[in-house]
Amino acid sequence: MDLSYGPEYDVFRDEVRTFIQDNLDNQPKPGAGPQSEEVRQWQAKLIENGFHSRTIPTEYGGYGAEPDIIQSRIIAEEFGAAQMNTGFSGQGISMLTPVLLEMGTEAQKQQFIKKTIHGELIWCQGYSEPGAGSDLASLTTRAELDGDEWVINGQKIWTSTAHISDWIFCLVRTEPEAPKHQGISFLLFEMNTPGIDVRPLVDMTGTANFNEVFFTDVRVPKDQIVGQRGQGWQVANAILGHERGSLAPPDAAMSRLNGVVKLMQQETISGERVIDNPIFRDRLLKLQGRVMAMQYNDMRLLSAKINKSQDTKLAGMVVKLIGTELRHEIECLGIDVMGEIGLSYGDNPYLRGNGSWQYQYMYFLGLIIGGGTSQIQKNIISERGLGMPKEPKIAQAGV
Amino acid sequence: MEFGLSEEQKLLQDSLTRFLGEQVPLDHIRAVAAGDRKDTTAWAGLSELGIPGLIIPESLGGVGLGMLDAVVVAEALGYHITPGPFLSSAIIAPTILMAAGQTDRLADIAAGQYRIGVALSEAIGSRLDAGISVANGTATGKALFALDAEADGYLINGPDNSVYWVNCEDSRLSRKLLTTIDKTRTICELQLDQAAAHLISEDPECLRAGVDAGRVIQAADSLGAAQCMLDQAVAYSMQREQFNRVIASFQAVKHMCAEMASQLEPCRSLVWYAGHAMATASDDARVTACHAKAHLSEVAQFVARTSTEVHGGMGFTDLVGLHYWFKRIGANRQLLGSPELVRNEAAKAQNLVA
Repeated sequence: MDLSYGPEYDVFRDEVRTFIQDNLDNQPKPGAGPQSEEVRQWQAKLIENGFHSRTIPTEYGGYGAEPDIIQSRIIAEEFGAAQMNTGFSGQGISMLTPVLLEMGTEAQKQQFIKKTIHGELIWCQGYSEPGAGSDLASLTTRAELDGDEWVINGQKIWTSTAHISDWIFCLVRTEPEAPKHQGISFLLFEMNTPGIDVRPLVDMTGTANFNEVFFTDVRVPKDQIVGQRGQGWQVANAILGHERGSLAPPDAAMSRLNGVVKLMQQETISGERVIDNPIFRDRLLKLQGRVMAMQYNDMRLLSAKINKSQDTKLAGMVVKLIGTELRHEIECLGIDVMGEIGLSYGDNPYLRGNGSWQYQYMYFLGLIIGGGTSQIQKNIISERGLGMPKEPKIAQAGV
Repeated sequence: MEFGLSEEQKLLQDSLTRFLGEQVPLDHIRAVAAGDRKDTTAWAGLSELGIPGLIIPESLGGVGLGMLDAVVVAEALGYHITPGPFLSSAIIAPTILMAAGQTDRLADIAAGQYRIGVALSEAIGSRLDAGISVANGTATGKALFALDAEADGYLINGPDNSVYWVNCEDSRLSRKLLTTIDKTRTICELQLDQAAAHLISEDPECLRAGVDAGRVIQAADSLGAAQCMLDQAVAYSMQREQFNRVIASFQAVKHMCAEMASQLEPCRSLVWYAGHAMATASDDARVTACHAKAHLSEVAQFVARTSTEVHGGMGFTDLVGLHYWFKRIGANRQLLGSPELVRNEAAKAQNLVA
């Protein structure tokens, strides 16, 4: 066990710190819109210095460094500690770009990657449908070839950022006769194409975090496909795994938990500080132990990426399930320690933390469901992690 | 950077697992539990492997390994619910003696020739009329729930968390076996009436170091025991058929197993880190030791209960023997502080208690 990154990384950490020191005042003001000039300039500066899109080749607009997990980790640690703006994120950067690098044509890489990482193209992901949630491969949005164009009809749901996106990467059924996993294709098209209707979907937080997207005879050039016809499921799966673990990072959970500690030290009930109430304190400590376990689990996963000397399959599979549940419970404690004040929302004058406790409590219930529900995660863990059999299909099981 | 076990530690784990698989079958556990066989059978074998001297320096006759190595050993011992005094004689007592610089008898302990128990319960939470007073080199009073009823002597906690050594040869020391649910390790009550007491340390930190180390080892023991129960549950579900299918194909059963695995797997990293933090005397060693002990108590209890349920009615019987693991986990939970007490200590160590 050696938890130091090694002296060779001290130099790198110093470089990152120097950049942060020199640029603390140059980062975009809070609330600057994603399309604003200052945000784009900041993004360009981050890429130029290797603090964003670090390993994306220079010919596609990235910094072009060799992949180095520890360097990436150090950047995340230092930016996090300084609460420095880390630039654009979003599904175009986190999910589409890796796919294009791996499976896109040269023309697609040239056309999309540079603009995407520089925030000039915003993407949304068209996967889930009203009838295809946990069973995503049963999706029914159709794309039929008509001359040199795909003609798309159907509906997507849970589409984050669809209302501000320039393009969509979308799973559509192109081979209706093929088995369900082999009849899907991965298409890219512009959101201003005629026939696309975006309707905001207001969720329990009161915010439209998602949209519904309707397609009516949407015509898309034939070559705007990633991979071959019918390979869309494999293309999508390559990045879905990417999404899951990142939904509930344990360091963020610990930072929220430390927020609860502050809250408990500040709030009083009938003159007693909440932190001095042993029942609340035990709930806090119980969560602290659980978050700690996830933090060390995360270090183990990081280590296994660098040095493949241990099997961490199961350790990786549990992150989404446990992490989202844990965050939901942390936010719940944040609410509970405030008593009735914990109910505050919106413009309530007694609001704490900008209403983030109630908001995140609800939002993380959304994440327990989204990105593969907890129940789907348990299926995956039992089947792929523990080697238990799939549940027989109803037709096979008989009565 | 490497967060994981070294090649040597994996080797240690493998060889010990092989040894225990052969030497500590369920029949052996049953015989020890029934009182037909002493726990010394397995302990003698482990002594030949150097386990009693695992963390004692080579210069003092031990193997000279650290707390992370001890965690690896404890996990294997827990997996096989190995009878014997590993926790007291190989971990808590040597840790205290080394912290106090009292190294005279360590060679005997390392060789397995002197088996030393610990009676520290009163330092964690004093119950009833227990407590030891010391005057003129003699100790008087009662210590409850001393670890290891077969020991040759004990470290006891005196006033203000000082530590003294008493010997069982002393006729002014009497002990009474206390029956508990866990038959794989013995617990007793010590009665001292002016028994000769040799001062080990008046510095409470020595005692604390022993308790911290003991808690990390209990956590590792529970990790191993819970892993074994989960493995048994999965294996049983793959072979037990109902409604013409193995029950492992029912989602209700799969989800029980997935919940056990997903809670247990991160515990491995927590326990490893707790061992590492102690080995490197890291600032967070005490908080982590408390959390490892408390969190593993909770998770292992959940696994103990759930894996028994996966076995259905058979899990409740003596036939499968699953209850020996259930009880070992139960003992680890209560000994050296229940989860609530230990979490409160973690809160104190972080200055969260006024």
